[in-house]
Amino acid sequence: MNGWRRRGGLVVAALSEREAGLLRGLVGQVRDMLAARVAAIPQDELSELTGITAGPTTAPADRVLARLLPDFHREDATLSGGLRALHEPELVAIKDEVAGIVLDTCPVRGGRVRLSDEQAQAWLSALNDVRLALGAVLEVTEDMPDELPPEDPRATHLAVYHWLTWVQESLIQALAGAEGAGT
Amino acid sequence: MTTPVELEQTQVDPAVDEVGTEDRPWLTIVWNDPVNLMSYVTYVFQKLFGYSRDEATKLMLDVHHKGRAVVTRGSRDKVEIDVAKLHGAGLWATMQRDA
Repeated sequence: MNGWRRRGGLVVAALSEREAGLLRGLVGQVRDMLAARVAAIPQDELSELTGITAGPTTAPADRVLARLLPDFHREDATLSGGLRALHEPELVAIKDEVAGIVLDTCPVRGGRVRLSDEQAQAWLSALNDVRLALGAVLEVTEDMPDELPPEDPRATHLAVYHWLTWVQESLIQALAGAEGAGT
Repeated sequence: MTTPVELEQTQVDPAVDEVGTEDRPWLTIVWNDPVNLMSYVTYVFQKLFGYSRDEATKLMLDVHHKGRAVVTRGSRDKVEIDVAKLHGAGLWATMQRDA
């Protein structure tokens, strides 16, 4: 991949088969984690009748999900719990939707990706969710080195993380750069 | 028999019904985190809240250098929605009462 470009009103890039597979796999995993979170919410008669499901009131124990779905207030657990119950279903739905757009528009065997602005913004969010997830697993810090020693079990994953960072940065430049130029 | 609930009068929230609420709005705080890109944070501030590029950049730099920044303020309902939007975009945001 050589980065994202503006072409004829679309945002385009070319992904190799390996890059497409990697990206699809990671986006799919984040989506599955969120789906498992939803599946764990007990259904009751009231939610079956109304079709409205309240989210859980407690933060996920898993650190990846906890980063994707943070608390609303740092100290007030009651307030955080109530707002989580209210907003989490919608937040999960948003993250599921952007992941779905990536999976719909990223060819399985790689090749050219052509996105409308709306689709490109979905990619931006989905890429960010995947980086948050990987960053939580790798315990990324601001002074994380570019490379870890090859014997470090995180070395390969850190390389993937840095690649995703580059893909996201390039997409932001394609989106924001064009706006700056008034096109 | 029953009557419809008068939503606007019955949903009194003690947290926002205190005397002095007007003077102490709620704040939307964005916290520094090691993953979100500076360019992305700037982009999100512009998209979600309509800040100019310069305003959004200044707020992003506050987050980066000071560890946090107040990005919006107002009623509890408004700030709650702003925090949810920021969570949707993957930023680490919380709400709190102005001190």
